[in-house]
Amino acid sequence: MRITCPICGERDRREFYYKGAAVALARPDPDAGPEVWDEYLHLRANPAGETRELWYHEAGCSAWLVVTRNTVTHAVLGAELAASVKGAGA
Amino acid sequence: MRVAGKGLLDRARTVTFTFDGVHYTGFQGDTLASALLANDVRLVARSFKYHRPRGFLSAGSEEPNGLMTIASGAAQEPNVRATVQEIFPGLEAVSQNRWPSLGFDVLSVNDLAAPFFSAGFYYKTFMWPRAFWEKVYEPVIRRAAGLGALSGLNNGDKYEAAWAHCDLLVIGAGPAGLMTALVAARAGADVILADEDARMGGRLLAETHAIDGQSGHVWAATVLDELATMDNVRLMTRTTVTGAYDQGTYSALERVGHHTAKRAAGAPLETFWRIVAKQAVLAAGALERPVAFANNDRPGIMTAGAVRSYLNRWGVSPGKSVAIFGNNDDAHRTAHDLVTAGVHVAAVIDSRHDAPLSDMFDVRRGAQVCDSSGRKGLESITIRSVSGQDRLQVDCLAMSGGWNPSVHLACHMNGRPEWRADIAAFVPTPGMVPGLHSAGACNGVFSTAACLRDGAGAANRALDALGLKGAVPEMPEAEDANYNLTPLWAVPGKGRAWLDFQNDVTVKDVKQAASENFRSVEHMKRYTTQGMATDQGKNSNVNALAVLADATGRGIPETGTTTFRAPYSPVSIAAMGASGQGAGFAPQRYTTSHGASVARGAPMIEAGLWYRPSFFPTKGETNWRQSCDREVNMVRQAVGVCDVSTLGKIDIQGPGAAELLDFVYTGMFSTLKTGRARYGLMLREDGHVMDDGTTARLGDTHYLMTTTTAAAGEVMRHLEFAHQGLMPHLDVSFISVTEQWAQFAIAGPKSRELLDRLLDSPLNRDDWPFMACGAVTVQGIAARLFRISFSGEHAYELAVPARYGAALFDLLLERAGALGGGPYGMEALNVLRIEKGFITHAEIHGRVTPSDIGMGRMISAKKDCIGKTMSQRPGLTDKAREQLVGLKPTGAVKQLTSGAHLFSQEDAGVRVNGQGYVTSVAFSPTLGHMIGLGFLKNGPARHGEIIRMVDHLRGVETLCEVVNPVFFDPEGGRARG
Amino acid sequence: MAELIPKSPCAGLLALTIGGMTASEVDAGMDAGVMTSLVPFRGREKAMSDALKAAHGMGFPAPGRATGRAGARAIWFGQGQALLQGPAPDASLGEYGSLTDQSDAWAVVRLEGKGVRDVLARLVPLDLRPGAFRRGHTARTDLAHMMASLTRVGENAFQIMVFRSMAETLVHDLKTAMEGVGARG
Repeated sequence: MRITCPICGERDRREFYYKGAAVALARPDPDAGPEVWDEYLHLRANPAGETRELWYHEAGCSAWLVVTRNTVTHAVLGAELAASVKGAGA
Repeated sequence: MRVAGKGLLDRARTVTFTFDGVHYTGFQGDTLASALLANDVRLVARSFKYHRPRGFLSAGSEEPNGLMTIASGAAQEPNVRATVQEIFPGLEAVSQNRWPSLGFDVLSVNDLAAPFFSAGFYYKTFMWPRAFWEKVYEPVIRRAAGLGALSGLNNGDKYEAAWAHCDLLVIGAGPAGLMTALVAARAGADVILADEDARMGGRLLAETHAIDGQSGHVWAATVLDELATMDNVRLMTRTTVTGAYDQGTYSALERVGHHTAKRAAGAPLETFWRIVAKQAVLAAGALERPVAFANNDRPGIMTAGAVRSYLNRWGVSPGKSVAIFGNNDDAHRTAHDLVTAGVHVAAVIDSRHDAPLSDMFDVRRGAQVCDSSGRKGLESITIRSVSGQDRLQVDCLAMSGGWNPSVHLACHMNGRPEWRADIAAFVPTPGMVPGLHSAGACNGVFSTAACLRDGAGAANRALDALGLKGAVPEMPEAEDANYNLTPLWAVPGKGRAWLDFQNDVTVKDVKQAASENFRSVEHMKRYTTQGMATDQGKNSNVNALAVLADATGRGIPETGTTTFRAPYSPVSIAAMGASGQGAGFAPQRYTTSHGASVARGAPMIEAGLWYRPSFFPTKGETNWRQSCDREVNMVRQAVGVCDVSTLGKIDIQGPGAAELLDFVYTGMFSTLKTGRARYGLMLREDGHVMDDGTTARLGDTHYLMTTTTAAAGEVMRHLEFAHQGLMPHLDVSFISVTEQWAQFAIAGPKSRELLDRLLDSPLNRDDWPFMACGAVTVQGIAARLFRISFSGEHAYELAVPARYGAALFDLLLERAGALGGGPYGMEALNVLRIEKGFITHAEIHGRVTPSDIGMGRMISAKKDCIGKTMSQRPGLTDKAREQLVGLKPTGAVKQLTSGAHLFSQEDAGVRVNGQGYVTSVAFSPTLGHMIGLGFLKNGPARHGEIIRMVDHLRGVETLCEVVNPVFFDPEGGRARG
Repeated sequence: MAELIPKSPCAGLLALTIGGMTASEVDAGMDAGVMTSLVPFRGREKAMSDALKAAHGMGFPAPGRATGRAGARAIWFGQGQALLQGPAPDASLGEYGSLTDQSDAWAVVRLEGKGVRDVLARLVPLDLRPGAFRRGHTARTDLAHMMASLTRVGENAFQIMVFRSMAETLVHDLKTAMEGVGARG
């Protein structure tokens, strides 16, 4: 698997660390209530198709990325800096 | 037998090798298979289940029968396909799966018991009695049904992993692949041409076709000469592309050293390649199908294409009198080539009524071979036609049921191939692997001319995708014959007709599977074991599913194929794990004091990737406890030195540094004064403790964070995520300085005295209260000093640039020695911290909340932080949770063990009564007994209670008293004083 | 009195010559080897680059690039980060960003000779074809499970950096790969 890092270019997946759904970017307010926090922490879609995930270019430039990927075809459709898509995973 | 004037061998160079201890001679360029056939050795193996005699079925990597063990001793390699193994002087090959010998194999009685061993045999037989599963069935089956064995010794052979990158990967160097590579290379693409064979050319080496009036192999050599001169071409022989993966990544196995006895020092035996290709062309050719008829498995019966390979490439005729049995025009070439070479052809038996006739050999139209005989090799065949049955004395039968395109790689990303009725075969569905195009025989294109055209076409499709401009060269003149096949899968009749030669799966087995309702091809495969041998069904899959289709009244396309998975051909685990051998398994991190610690006899233990000293034995100490106790006392009474460089150190700078720290720590760091350090607790967002450490403020916008040794990488990721993902508006940066500084703990009542004798100027008592930090110099070297303590003693940590680490360690030990102190290791460090109730990851193991460790009040009410909201969930703050306590034994047994469970005194020690568990234990020389830390339900309220500790694994049980986890100096006066 | 004698990360491990290729430690004597990470403050990227140019003669490198030359190089070192290798950083740089001393944090090895690309192909997953990774190109990558910095500093010469503590593993892995390549001739 290869991911095109917006900073470093196309790299093998072993340079990256995987975190999970990009939902983690949309951190609720502290007082948003238990349902919202529960959903933020625990509930994840499991799509057959496009999904947005957080990958960390740990052995590369140290950028956190939001990678869009198709779980069926394994196609990597794009990667953008997490810093520039704050909350976009929600 | 060798045929004069045939073959692409160097007959001037003879090579002597052994098979089952007998010496044979072949020529340079022979495979083990061709050399054995040249020596008229036909019986080379025994089948898996029935131990039937087996000869070579093929001449390539698909070989199911001719598996042998090569070499002996540690390097012994089982299950090597003799059709792939090149011979070299001194090669030792030994047959497998027979006892006592290949010619007389006791377990061939299995063949007589064949009715018991039909489809589903394993599932039906080994059901009962249950007690027999492990003791009887498994050992017996393992011994009886087996392939070769490994030596069990540590193999010193080197295996290598490597990366390659190219614009275009061409898989297979037959006519299509060569043309693809040529067109693409001439257009300027970076090309890798990989072929599993030692010599490139594919079928051009095995056929007598001419290209542009010259022999096919000569044309191939000309093309290869041109490619070899081009800088943008890399030719990889003996390299099998074994798998197609995401985003243009392919795996390939290069057999670097299997063909020679003389490997250069340092040379690998195999190299496992990961090839990253923008585009790829699959030109893997096709594999010929056998025809199923009764007793079609005798040595001497092989595919027609294999007979041509042995004849044309290696100058060997597998028999003195050969018959050909086929259903297509291609099979007739075999007869043509044999007759031309002077080998007797008994007949061509063609199942088609309209088969072409020949004036060179006898063609029997509309006839079928329905049986064979010969105990250890073919002696005769039985032919059935409208005019009845007759027998023909032959010692070789060349059979052809048509050709199966090698679609495997095109299906590795879960694609399914398409059925093409005109050639009765599956071909790749375009686009199943993005960027992979198919060309030539693997694409269902069989004539030489069509392969060349298809190769050029595939090259141009790839070049288009690469944005390069290709040109179609003038196509050479080549054979362009029709294939003309009428399907024939299995000849009807009694007797066992083999589909899977290695695993002994017959037509009857597949029919039985269907009748027992294993109708899905995936079920049939597993029920019969068809396709589960080392050839992974290359020789049997299509035939078997045709039989299944027939048995279930469906067509072949509806029946479908099983799933194609990598690897295409077997890959040794050693190759896949290459670079992970021995010291290459993981990086080893050494501190600057490593050498000095080892020199002092300290056993080194792993801490993550780091190596740290357990203890420093001195004269007269015979076990670790003596050393550890002495080191603990030394720190409590004088001074000890310990390398703590392995703790993570992260330099945090920028205008947003303070705010970021407030966000990742439970406590406030924006209020920390410059020149001071503070203990910090870091949570995961789910409210559980992630890590802890001290963080010092070095300047207004400059902090230095420490992490635990094991969590340094995780904390760095976490900080970057908290910043980039959650607080991107902050201007802050994180730089790991773990490696920049060699840092040593100097702990004990004499630590200040030591420092005063070491530092360039003595410490002013008022400037250095507990948790102070600042710059100092040692022999003029700028250093950092932190007054922090993990031992509970008056202690410091002194950091110098790592280049001075080794020298400083020596210097510290010299100074410490003069004060009655010395080095201490991890064992003593652990005892010291347990005595103080300080936690490590044994306690903060991922399921622990701040309130569990008595730090609930460390979560600042004045601000938000990661994990704050969720840490306040009722379930995470419940007093009934297991909470940190100290334990000391009070019963007859004075032992505590970590991992043991805690129970109320009156309860039985079973899971349902569990009250908690022990996380850390030590013998405290300071207190004179064992102490432990653990988690106990409602623990802090139960101090003074006697509870029961049970270690079910080690069989230890004792009573212990629940106490304050801080066993020693609970007021902390020693560290602060 | 014992002296604080400095020791380089690869002391006693290098140089190594195999198959016409050499791996040697850069600045093994540590007489000049200052390395400083530079992270410009937000909005001060250009000012940092100008200051770098004025003080040391090279601009702040773009991602994947190294500026300067042997002895005074600025190597792109990660998102928003460069490593100034050689000169001690001019005080002016501190006005425009965060500076962190890294002089002792990295083992720095120069790998040189015909065939070194094949050696690196056994260690890093990068595309190092001459057209893809030219002189002056640099990358942060994974070298045999170690976080690494790789810079092409010549026709057949690369600078490899891994954390100091892993110097022995780096040399072991380099040696193994060099022997493998060397043995193929």
